Amino acid sequence: MLENKKVIILGDRDGIPGPAIAECIITTGAEIVFSVTECFV
Amino acid sequence: MDLENQRRVKEIAEKLGTENLVVVLGGAEAEASGLAAETVISGDPAYAGPLTGVQLGLEVYHIFELKSSVDAKVYEEQVSMMELVLDVDAIIAELNKIRSSAAAAITG
Repeated sequence: MLENKKVIILGDRDGIPGPAIAECIITTGAEIVFSVTECFV
Repeated sequence: MDLENQRRVKEIAEKLGTENLVVVLGGAEAEASGLAAETVISGDPAYAGPLTGVQLGLEVYHIFELKSSVDAKVYEEQVSMMELVLDVDAIIAELNKIRSSAAAAITG
């Protein structure tokens, strides 16, 4: 699904943070081009 | 989505093109996830940031929706705890709503 895609990660401090999503995305073969953890508070 | 992140997303889309670009969200609740999705599809709904009026039309998913694409062990370690705490169904329903209304707007 994500193979050969470039991925922007918008994590959430109160949900799933950027680095945790990045660990997952790495396993899909996609390339991470930007990762951040937002704080919505 | 905060203004700095809107600027970064816009920059990346301009540099790399939108065709193979996917946004993955980790939002804790449905409304904020929906707003972030709307921002990268049809532009900033708050008319405040660099993506105001910019229809990037990006593919966007919550990490919960990508469970079957991710290595099961890694997903278990990194995400599954939050599946127990957050309202997964509401988040996915909101994203489905945003995606279908965006698709309807684009196709007219």
